Amino acid sequence: MKTFHIGGVHPAENKLSAAEPIRVAGLPKQAVFSMFQHIGAPAVPVVKKGDEVKVGTLLGEAGKGLSVPVFSSVSGKVSKVDAVLDSSGTRRMAVVVDVEGDEWEERIDRSDKLVTMKDLGGITAEEVVNRIKAAGIVGMGGATFPTGVKLMPPPGTKAEAIIVNAVECEPYLTADHRLMLEKPEQILVGIQLIKHAVNCPKAYIGIEMNKPDAIKLLTNLLKEKAAQYPGIEVVPLKVKYPQGGEKQLIDAVIGRQVPAPPALPINVGAIVQNVGTVYAIYEAVTKNKPLIERIITVTGKSVKQPSNFLARIGTSMQQLIDEAGGLPEDTGKIIGGGPMMGRALMSLEVPVTKGSSGLLLMTEKESRRGEVSPCIRCAKCVSACPMGLEPYLLASYTRLKDWDGCEKNDVTSCIECGSCAFTCPSNRPLLDNIRVAKQTVMGIIKARHMESIAKK
Amino acid sequence: MHYELKIMKPIISLSPHVHGGDSVQKNMYGVCIALVPALIASLYFFGLGSAIVLATSVAACVFFEWAITRFILGRERLTICDGSAVLTGLLLGFNLPSNLPIWIIIIGALVAIGIGKLTFGGLGCNPFNPALVGRVFLLISFPVQMTSWPLSGQMGYVDAETGATPLALMKQAIKEGDASYLDQLPSAFDMLIGQTGGSLGEVSALCLLIGCCYMLWKKIITWHIPVSILCTVFVLAGLFHLIDPSYANPVQVILSGGLMLGACFMATDYVTSPMTGKGQLIYGCAIGVLTILIRDFGSYPEGMSFAILIMNGFTPLINTYVKPKRFGEVKK
Repeated sequence: MKTFHIGGVHPAENKLSAAEPIRVAGLPKQAVFSMFQHIGAPAVPVVKKGDEVKVGTLLGEAGKGLSVPVFSSVSGKVSKVDAVLDSSGTRRMAVVVDVEGDEWEERIDRSDKLVTMKDLGGITAEEVVNRIKAAGIVGMGGATFPTGVKLMPPPGTKAEAIIVNAVECEPYLTADHRLMLEKPEQILVGIQLIKHAVNCPKAYIGIEMNKPDAIKLLTNLLKEKAAQYPGIEVVPLKVKYPQGGEKQLIDAVIGRQVPAPPALPINVGAIVQNVGTVYAIYEAVTKNKPLIERIITVTGKSVKQPSNFLARIGTSMQQLIDEAGGLPEDTGKIIGGGPMMGRALMSLEVPVTKGSSGLLLMTEKESRRGEVSPCIRCAKCVSACPMGLEPYLLASYTRLKDWDGCEKNDVTSCIECGSCAFTCPSNRPLLDNIRVAKQTVMGIIKARHMESIAKK
Repeated sequence: MHYELKIMKPIISLSPHVHGGDSVQKNMYGVCIALVPALIASLYFFGLGSAIVLATSVAACVFFEWAITRFILGRERLTICDGSAVLTGLLLGFNLPSNLPIWIIIIGALVAIGIGKLTFGGLGCNPFNPALVGRVFLLISFPVQMTSWPLSGQMGYVDAETGATPLALMKQAIKEGDASYLDQLPSAFDMLIGQTGGSLGEVSALCLLIGCCYMLWKKIITWHIPVSILCTVFVLAGLFHLIDPSYANPVQVILSGGLMLGACFMATDYVTSPMTGKGQLIYGCAIGVLTILIRDFGSYPEGMSFAILIMNGFTPLINTYVKPKRFGEVKK
């Protein structure tokens, strides 16, 4: 059984909502569209207070450089273009729409009919990429990197393998799992579109063994329709966290290791796309549908009805919780994403964004961290680190503010997966410390770079 | 539209939001559990003496840990519950003869906990294995008492009949170049189950191995240190034996003295051993080599304690130069 080769841990899976079919969440009364739903420059609002919008209307155009546009997922009237509290915990620019009815832009094809490559005729690779860019698609596993950019390999590199990330290694989350079960063929067409866009003959779908039904379904489908979907292979993977990390997945599936930054996956010939992103690509290219909704798992041990929702982007988390049976009394922590890498939210007013893969409600008891005791140098963090780093050492250097030591010991390679802190018997906040070092060292590197440019 | 928040202040912290549930206690008491088979063997072979020595050692270690942290270091937080003092006490006791006077044991415990551990700041800060610091201190200070081991089956505490241990016989054989001394060695089987003289916890190699397997299964330790020590000793002892038969055969060397206890329980101490698999292999091999060198050419019959303490001293150096293989690292 394939898996990545360095480190890793086994958190309790807790996939409470794995058997829950995707439900369409109700239309919100008000939707909030952050201009900061992706990595890179924020989108720039193009509407003003009082404007009428439909589902699919452009709200914010892509900013300069690395950026994507933002579309309305509802119809109604713009009530505010202002800074609003979002999942980052700060107030940032957003467009707020008061919902009236559910009118869609006419260019969007709302039918459920499967559109195949054949139906698309001789669509060019360029056209595929343009439609993906125009639809505002970003990596939907949580990283939210603009997808269009990823599909334009820099000169001198060539895509040799598309790897579809269907690992969903975060505990609790089941959105990708359900999507594969319910929209398998759309995903296969989406993969073909990506292959076409970057002219790559081979694609792999990496799925962990804890989703045997999805593995079976896709494998059988590919066997049945081998002629229609050539060059796609399902790769079952041993269950291990953080297999869904881009670098770990490439290592697991094709056995190549992406070198330290600034090297990119494409430097080893790989392009990784989350399975949710693949579905969004399918909808964008074949249905002209911009990224306006996504699947999000709402879950937690005390949640009455753990669910997978198809929710309009901009819907408040509170509404989804209400639809999942209401906020449990004993809630202590609200997490956007999964428990390993998710972000604790300050408020339930926070809207669903392009990168919201899950909403996890942890009980008061689960939310408390254990008491910290001294490091006993057990080396479990070293064995757990999937990047081959020494978390205990980086954490000590951080406390000593020895940024040079942190840099020499490759702190910038840290992917912040949390395996070190998860495994630490002394409950030490290793990742908290390492994050500080990573940010500081990256700042130092940048400053050094600017200085060297200035000298020239 | 306004939603009312039922909880006003959700807890905010950075990821990860879950923990694997491992703890210092689990590891410390896990090692204690792994020592139980050898403990039972020592009670079986040495009876009351073993019980008195172990109880004194554990009680004294826990007492000194409590008294020193509370009254000398003035720390409010008690550390006696984390299991490390109990473990040090057990390991120190395992390394002592079963007829050792109580006052000597208490001095050993004071040195182990006071000097070996708390001088450096307590758990996690000590450069040398505390139990071994205590043992070696006693060995140097009270050489007569520390090297008159009761014979196996001497169940009492006082007036136990003492005799030459396998290690002493091996040393004599080498010194006089006379392999006939080795004929007096107990059989390999007796040495495996513990039917031999020696420190009370080290005699039963089999029980120690069972404990070691338990620790491997529970992922308390990794295989690197025990395997590298045992392999190095076996190969080196085998080599000497082939060249000159007055060196004991490698199977008996491995089963004798504190080798198994050292390889499985003393050298694998978290705090004082290297952090990477590669580093642990280097550390283990070096311990193996040093042990054989001291046993065969040094003035003491047993070299395990010294070998481990010497390599404890090298651990920071190993950690500095032996790094784990980074993800995506290209070999230069």
